[in-house]
Amino acid sequence: MNAGIKTLRIDGRDVSARADQTILQVARENDIFIPSLCYLEGLSPVGACRLCLVEVKGASRLLPACVTRVEEGMEVTTRSERLDAYRRMILELLFSERNHICSVCVSNGHCELQSLAERLNLTHVHFPYRYPRLPVDASHPRFVADHNRCILCTRCVRVCDEIEGAHTWDVMGRGIEARVITDLNQPWGESESCTSCGKCVHVCPTGALSEKGRSVAEMAKRRQFLPYLTMMRTQAR
Amino acid sequence: MTLEELQRTAQEERASQSKVACHLHVCTAASCLSAGSAQVKQALEQELAERGMRSFCRVKGVGCMGLCSAGPLVAAHPEGFLYGRVTPEDAPDITRSLVEGRPVRRLSVPTDQPFFRRQLKLVLENAGLVDPERLEEYIAAGGYASLLKALTEMTPQDVIREVTISGLRGRGGAGYPTGLKWSTVAKSTDAEKYVVCNADEGDPGAFMDRAVLESDPHRVLEGMTIAAYAVGARHGFIYVRAEYPLAVARLRTAIRQAERAGLLGNRIAGTPFSFHIEVRLGAGAFVCGEETALMASIEGRRGTPRPRPPYPAEYGLWGHSTLINNVETFANIPVIVREGGQWFARIGTATSKGTKVFALAGRVVNTGLIEVPMGISLREIIYEIGGGIPDGRRFKAVQTGGPSGGCIPEEHLDTPVDYESLAALGSMMGSGGLIVMDDATCMVDLARFFLEFSKGESCGKCVPCRVGTAHLYELLDRLVKGEADGESLRMLEELSDLLRHTSLCGLGQSAPNPVLSTLRYFREEYEAHLAGRCLAGTCRVGANR
Amino acid sequence: MSRMRLATIWLDGCSGCHMSFLDMDERLIELAGQLELVYSPLVDLKEFPEQVDVTLVEGAVGTSEDEEKLRHIRARTRILVALGDCAVTANVPAMRNPFGPQACLARAYQENATRNPGAPQDEVPRLQTRVRPLHEVVPVDVFVPGCPPSADVIFYVLQELLAGRVPDLAGRSRFGA
Ligand SMILES: Cc1cc2nc3c(=O)[nH]c(=O)nc-3n(C[C@H](O)[C@H](O)[C@H](O)COP(=O)(O)O)c2cc1C
Ligand code: SF4
Ligand code: FES
Repeated sequence: MNAGIKTLRIDGRDVSARADQTILQVARENDIFIPSLCYLEGLSPVGACRLCLVEVKGASRLLPACVTRVEEGMEVTTRSERLDAYRRMILELLFSERNHICSVCVSNGHCELQSLAERLNLTHVHFPYRYPRLPVDASHPRFVADHNRCILCTRCVRVCDEIEGAHTWDVMGRGIEARVITDLNQPWGESESCTSCGKCVHVCPTGALSEKGRSVAEMAKRRQFLPYLTMMRTQAR
Repeated sequence: MTLEELQRTAQEERASQSKVACHLHVCTAASCLSAGSAQVKQALEQELAERGMRSFCRVKGVGCMGLCSAGPLVAAHPEGFLYGRVTPEDAPDITRSLVEGRPVRRLSVPTDQPFFRRQLKLVLENAGLVDPERLEEYIAAGGYASLLKALTEMTPQDVIREVTISGLRGRGGAGYPTGLKWSTVAKSTDAEKYVVCNADEGDPGAFMDRAVLESDPHRVLEGMTIAAYAVGARHGFIYVRAEYPLAVARLRTAIRQAERAGLLGNRIAGTPFSFHIEVRLGAGAFVCGEETALMASIEGRRGTPRPRPPYPAEYGLWGHSTLINNVETFANIPVIVREGGQWFARIGTATSKGTKVFALAGRVVNTGLIEVPMGISLREIIYEIGGGIPDGRRFKAVQTGGPSGGCIPEEHLDTPVDYESLAALGSMMGSGGLIVMDDATCMVDLARFFLEFSKGESCGKCVPCRVGTAHLYELLDRLVKGEADGESLRMLEELSDLLRHTSLCGLGQSAPNPVLSTLRYFREEYEAHLAGRCLAGTCRVGANR
Repeated sequence: MSRMRLATIWLDGCSGCHMSFLDMDERLIELAGQLELVYSPLVDLKEFPEQVDVTLVEGAVGTSEDEEKLRHIRARTRILVALGDCAVTANVPAMRNPFGPQACLARAYQENATRNPGAPQDEVPRLQTRVRPLHEVVPVDVFVPGCPPSADVIFYVLQELLAGRVPDLAGRSRFGA
């Protein structure tokens, strides 16, 4: 037996995996749906949104599929009443946190938060909406950052750091006050490190980062570059 | 410094100390300092000088003597007189009494009271006795003998075996078996390993670690160095919050002294073993006490936790195998090596061995720092050591574990203090904060206070904690103000369950504990708020109706 | 069998959901045989009747008048349907919430007014501090997100209700739509 290959069971299905794969990767390969938001193939996983939590037999806690490595004989359950309820609540928390007004959003119809809500049967948010007053940064000549739509998945932070190598984006503040910032919280348009490559805009799952000149529902994101870049880089090594 | 040199230093120091007939110990830990003990010390020194008594009596600054509420504290040795609330004006009376051999009655603090009798000091064995700024005193008190014993008489495996036998569990909150953690790091084949001491101590009201660092810093260095020897590390970090300037200063002094004496640094005590310690300052975020956030912070990154596994033992500082323990955990090590694991394991309960240091605060007569054997009951701590509830009020609840813990009501006061029993009550041992509340405390307002803390300290990385703590706080705030609706209790429970089971790190997972435990034991107070009344009479719930 | 007594009402919304209702076109005729429209902005009735089987509520709760109406309707309705994003999430009307009503009135009637500046006083209902979705005010039985929900979705909801079932909106409509 090859030590680098593991077999495990996901939702009762026997699947095989490379030892360095995560539960989420293997599930995707096998067309088993596990919701995710902060995860994006090609970026380092951070386990922050908690939507991908799954039950693993013998584990005392729920485990985030995006960062949990497969193990021989693992028994994973990706759907249960409890998981469904938790996932819906997490989505509700996101919707209640800021001002996601889908109907007037540039990403209406192309938004991962919106489509996950639909997919997970979220018909309303029963937690009180918080309605924070948040800025919109339109100082960049080509892009806009609308903090009302940001879910703090940090994909922009990671793509800028890990792929573009500019590290323009980071997170400032704690807890409910946390916000993504450019440089040292300078307006995006005045950022000296930003290369205007637009990668952040296209990995952003919502309408938080968008291209200027797009109106409601016009901002579809193109992510193809990411697996392509990653592939080129790993093969070049 | 070799073993012989160490013994010689100890002898010389003891001889020098016995040259003077008596010592006045003035507490110079933060609490007494803030009550003015520096001025007291100065006045005493001046008084002795003026009376030409310096060859007869020496004044020395020492660490915490425990009864902080009676500070500034001064103790006269060898008589054993203890004086409280001392002012510089008391210096003449105190010096006179030394000659007369009779205590100053009006300042006397009885030392045969349960506050002192019921304690058992291992971690704090030197606190209040040695000058934390002098290495020689620590050595004279037996310090560094354990390190040299480990280095010269024991293999790393022997050390780990003793720690395992001792049953010591982490004092940073979670109570993970220390021996097991050490052996995991020791087994790692990583060529580069680190030892980290967690001195972030962010719980509001907790000051156990600060007291240990301010009173006996060498003990922590010794514990860390023994750990490094056991696991095979050559570099260590102490992560201290910058709000503890005195602890930081004393640690730095201690590191310098130990290095100069060859007890730290290259080729310790002439053996091939080398170990270096650096102090790193934290900027005061509670979450930076969480081990993965702490390591990120040491590395110079934003202090946010990351999912575990991998645990630090496998993937720690800069990706290397790292041992991380709490201050008090390390402070137990010299005793364990000195007396043996068996000896240590005889103290405490079946699952929780040794002692625990608590910061006793809130509505009790005696507040301060105490060290008690595991297994002592909460009642003994509060009523005997703590001296009960002041002002004729009634006990209501005691909060252990700070914002991550829960409150325990009267009916459970006979519970023995150990990791499992406290957890079964919906609270936790935590790092050692113990806050006593009387009947004038509104439990809904208490939960709100802790959630305000957790909401402010959440790092914001994961959704359940970032948004969930904000909702919990707002629901509680509305309850306190009398603006809540009937749905709110169900929502509190629902959110608490979500946070507990889906948050990324311990902060979010345990943030609901103050809500859940007050809902469990004081649900009627929540219901009263819904009906527009506060049973403790402290919230103005009616005002908004 | 008696026909289902249906009411529709429009609070803080744009009437888009009612337009979508009308977009059911010829299916309206089909429905007309099975239900009786007992109250609606589309018909001229002054009093909200007793014992309504189903009320479709468009719009959020933004004024004291909205709140009063909603409570009144709730008391007389068996199944209350939050129709569309404004009813379900407070949607666009809630965009004033981060700023508060005073700032909005000032912007609309003061800063941008070219003639007779000044907010209306007594003739119109007071704006509440926050615009709220229906379920923050009264219990809601069925949520139909969408801005607006399509005619197909509304038709589906009504058919299910007519058949005595609770409509399952999963995968049929979403926020924003
Ligand atoms: C939010 C949070 C804060 C923490 N703060 C501290 C702290 O201030 N000091 C500490 O020693 N451990 C703290 N811990 C626990 C550490 O993560 C870790 O478990 C501990 O340092 C391990 O040492 P021990 O095994 O000696 O207890 C904290 C944990 C969490 C989740
Ligand atoms: S639980 Fe809270 S503190 Fe921990 S990672 Fe999540 S947001 Fe940060
Ligand atoms: S996708 Fe795993 S936590 Fe976000």
